[in-house]
Amino acid sequence: MKQTAIEKIISNHSDHQVKAGEIVWMKLDVRSARDFGGANVVKNLKTYYPGQPLDDLKKTFFTFDTVVPANNIPYANNQQICRDYAEEMGIKVYDVNAGIGSHVMIEEGRALPGYTLVGTDSHLNIFGAVGAFGQGMGDQDIAFAFRNGFTWFEVPESMRIILNGEIKYPVSAKDVVLAVLERIGSKGALGRAIEFTGSVVDRLDLAGRITLASMVTEMGGIIGLISPNKAILDELKKKSGHYTLEPIVADEGAEYVETIEMNLNGLEPMIAAPPKPDNVVKVSSLKKVAVDSIFIGSCTNGRTEDFKVAADILRGRKVHPKVMMKIVPATRRVFTEMLKLGIVQELHEAGAIISNPGCGGCASGQIGMTGKGEVQVSTSNRNFLGKQGDGETYLASPAVAAASAITGYITAP
Amino acid sequence: MAEKQKILKGRIWLMTDENNTLIDDIDTDMIFHNAHLAITDIKEMGQHAFGNLKNWKHFPKEAKPGDIVMAGRNFGSGSSRQQAVDCFPSLGVTALICESYGAIYKRNAINSGFPIVIIPGLVEQLKKSKKIKHLQNIEINLETGIVKDVESGEIVLNGLPLSPVQIDIYNVGGLLNLSLDNKG
Repeated sequence: MKQTAIEKIISNHSDHQVKAGEIVWMKLDVRSARDFGGANVVKNLKTYYPGQPLDDLKKTFFTFDTVVPANNIPYANNQQICRDYAEEMGIKVYDVNAGIGSHVMIEEGRALPGYTLVGTDSHLNIFGAVGAFGQGMGDQDIAFAFRNGFTWFEVPESMRIILNGEIKYPVSAKDVVLAVLERIGSKGALGRAIEFTGSVVDRLDLAGRITLASMVTEMGGIIGLISPNKAILDELKKKSGHYTLEPIVADEGAEYVETIEMNLNGLEPMIAAPPKPDNVVKVSSLKKVAVDSIFIGSCTNGRTEDFKVAADILRGRKVHPKVMMKIVPATRRVFTEMLKLGIVQELHEAGAIISNPGCGGCASGQIGMTGKGEVQVSTSNRNFLGKQGDGETYLASPAVAAASAITGYITAP
Repeated sequence: MAEKQKILKGRIWLMTDENNTLIDDIDTDMIFHNAHLAITDIKEMGQHAFGNLKNWKHFPKEAKPGDIVMAGRNFGSGSSRQQAVDCFPSLGVTALICESYGAIYKRNAINSGFPIVIIPGLVEQLKKSKKIKHLQNIEINLETGIVKDVESGEIVLNGLPLSPVQIDIYNVGGLLNLSLDNKG
């Protein structure tokens, strides 16, 4: 049987060779709960499995990233419920200082090619960036996964998206993913796994792959798998100490429901106008849109590479006096790298607000919300009304966000 | 634990429109309107089932324990509310038979151990054939997906069997009733 990459990954975690459409029991390499949903996971565990052990504590984690540190009492209570339970059971907590859980898992070498990971974060398909299967699930599912170490899943059909050509600065992975969203829309990958290939994808670094994989959610997709190249495989081996890692690659002749090929030569900086992520246009096609605030961060664009692009643009210049610029590193490790590289200093001198690591602009309140009438350029992944406040949010790359911070209107560098 | 019944018999509700066609895209607001989301007691949920679906508001009053509900494609699209699943067992409805389901609805229904059967091409099949009538007594075999007319014993529709995963969860009455001790 010729298998797609997702069929291979799930087969490796099941008791038989699976094919698309089957509902199967699937073993899990990692299961996690965030501060969002985590307290309900604990409640379910205490209600349904009182006094029972969890399957494998080494594969079970709490990751606090949504509201860190808690700025309201319900979140503070929920985090403490998780901490107390974790201590009682012996579960590792990546607490409020760690950063975005999915990114921490990649940095720590816990998300590796071919692995299966679930948690209470709807952007866990970010693990597609390392060729792993990740999925966000509800608190009942995650409680079950904590207890048992497996879950059920319907093996998705697969589509291929082949991205050929060559992209050049200031065009980045964010413009690539926005171009794909423009092409296929918010339901273009509904219920499917995507396999991303092509010369543009091959050349993306890990940060760029994270950006691409993270917005498969906005295409309606289950997961967007990117097979690691040699450099990334070597990096993951070093992080994890697993030197025998092999990427999972689809069989020649595997069945795909659709194949989309795009040539990205000449791609321009792109932007998703409010109120939908697939409402994508070229930055150059916009009239002069005045900007009130800028957010760079999130699980989509919160890596050191993203902030370096911004710092390079802002070096020796100032954020426009009418603009507020907010910077949220994805993780503590990113923050450390930014300090070492002088990025924190440069962004600070330009006038930006720099926050501790976490989900930032997408999570209610960590670094403020937008008010009615406020226009924001954000590097995150969702611009639905209310998601980042009452204002209007445009989604763009760190380069466009930084250039717009200087001019005070939406600008490509 | 005693295994649950795999052959269900009951009256079939055909959720059709003015053209006598099974309705597609019945969303979670039509099944269980968001005005009633504060309800957490499963016993109270049934009275609102299909409370926002045109021409079917009489459903909760007339549905009887043992009834089975049939509708078209993408049943339960929309939000993740569990009440849109639980309102059916609340009335004693034993199963749903549709051509397809919304993804979140499917996960919620399977997790709660409520049998949802898929019949590929159901909407077109019922347009062509009058083999099955509203409130007719049918039986559905969850392990084969075969639907029979109770009176004649004739096979009227061929659906997909529930997956082994669905059967495992159905047998124990919900995902969280399952643990390593009974599934490994």
